[in-house]
Amino acid sequence: MSTPTAHGERRESYAPRPGAAPLPRMITAQALLETRMLLRNGEQLLLTVVIPTLVLVLFSAVDIVDTGEGEAVDFLAPGVLALAVMSTAFTGQAIATGFERRYGVLKRLGTSPLPRWALMTAKTLSVLVTELLQVALLTVIALALGWSPHGNPAAVLLLLVLGTAAFSGLGLLMAGTLKAEATLAAANLVFLLLLVGGGVLVPLDKFPDAARAALELLPISALSGGLRAVLQDGAAMPWRELGILAVWSVLGLGAAGRFFRWE
Amino acid sequence: MHSEPAAVGAAPVVRLRGVVKRYGAKTAVDRLDLTAGPGITAVLGPNGAGKSTTVEICEGYRRPEAGTAEVLGLDPVREAAALRPRIGVMLQSGGVYSGARAEEMLRHLAKLHAHPLDVSALIERLGLGSCGRTPYRRLSGGQQQRLALALAVVGRPELVFLDEPTAGLDPQARRATWELLRELRADGVSALLTTHFMDEAEELADDVAIIDAGRVIAQGTPEELCRGGAENTLRFTGRPGLDLHSLLKALPADSAAAELSPGSYRVSGKVDPQLLATVTSWCAQHGVMPDRLSVERHSLEDVFLELTGKELRG
Repeated sequence: MSTPTAHGERRESYAPRPGAAPLPRMITAQALLETRMLLRNGEQLLLTVVIPTLVLVLFSAVDIVDTGEGEAVDFLAPGVLALAVMSTAFTGQAIATGFERRYGVLKRLGTSPLPRWALMTAKTLSVLVTELLQVALLTVIALALGWSPHGNPAAVLLLLVLGTAAFSGLGLLMAGTLKAEATLAAANLVFLLLLVGGGVLVPLDKFPDAARAALELLPISALSGGLRAVLQDGAAMPWRELGILAVWSVLGLGAAGRFFRWE
Repeated sequence: MHSEPAAVGAAPVVRLRGVVKRYGAKTAVDRLDLTAGPGITAVLGPNGAGKSTTVEICEGYRRPEAGTAEVLGLDPVREAAALRPRIGVMLQSGGVYSGARAEEMLRHLAKLHAHPLDVSALIERLGLGSCGRTPYRRLSGGQQQRLALALAVVGRPELVFLDEPTAGLDPQARRATWELLRELRADGVSALLTTHFMDEAEELADDVAIIDAGRVIAQGTPEELCRGGAENTLRFTGRPGLDLHSLLKALPADSAAAELSPGSYRVSGKVDPQLLATVTSWCAQHGVMPDRLSVERHSLEDVFLELTGKELRG
């Protein structure tokens, strides 16, 4: 359809023809866009790819931290997988979403045909796609470093999914309630603290008993501990860790759903 | 040409009744009534008058504390899912991923709609061709503004909401935006826009609503508003120091005449052919050549100033 303009050229008609695209198309488009934004962002890549890779390579090669009996990489690989999940689902998602809120992206999408739940679904898909890339990369590097994983792949998958849910809830809670700058600072600080105190690098039995009992309840400790129980020690199903992650998921996602502010 | 005005008597696109919205102790919108469209409706008002809040209530961003809002016959909050595909929204600023490229964001929004406009043509039309691959944060203010407009119309909406669509644009880009809005209107798209610019309202709007302190204090076509305001003015220049008493005697009782500066005269009142004839014959009697004789209509700006007591750009 075209309409002549004042200058006599034909132009496309703007006649109204409203309609939402089919939901699967909207969600796919949104998830792809979110993933592209993440992969294009240098700081995000540093956080999600460079830091976990460096931690894995450096601490496997150099004996700085006493990782207990056995090969260092067998201890470190599960911890670094947990770190990767945290970096994407929690830190990366919190910072990105915080700035989307600040720059009015969430507001803009709020009047598009994309429903809010579909936006959140797309964000989750984008997190999962990123994690898939991280896990593939880190697994290849760890295997090259001599990693010999054991255990039940289903248990690993369940841990990763529950870990993602727990960290997403906490990340979105932060992004939806704090200012973008505060989210940026807090998410990085938490990342650093949990990297040290969450059993990623340093075995929790290096800490005093009282501290250790508390640290074990953190989502990062449950995830790294659970992955290690399966991948290093061959446990079938680490119920205790799965339980801790499930509680964090319910609390985090529940609070995010309740307190998230779109503007 | 397709420029018949929107059908008279067609159903309004926006209907607000007794709408109240407070932020803390401040009442942003105070029992506001507004019926708009089809066609282009401009909402004019000083800063803080409640323009943006009014538009955000229509867009479903704000839930009014009292009163009812209806957009295309739907409740903007309760029936948002049905309404959203039918409207286009241009935010005053932001709304785009800082790392997204202009064209990428536009193509994305297009994908969320069933029958979007041709993205390449729209980019060309808005002069964004040169910056299609530039990340949003590096676009100039004017480019960001034009992208925001493109995002509002790409889904072929029935109604677009535009918050200050030409703020910060250079004159050429403003003209281009106006032309696009006229084309949209000609094709049957309605618009509700807020603006600081009188000329924008006069040029574009079928209907103007003036808002002050959270209420609509006047509404009508630009012509109606100008006519409905105070009287018009007649000006001329001549020799300084004319005795205006005899002129006033000849004029109707509600007229006034004054020498504003030496040799520059103003007659105000109901300016009609009779009054014009009275003034020119009085000039002829006094041997005065009324140079630069002009009849001035009240501008929207004058009407606005009278109604609100405020300058628009504060």
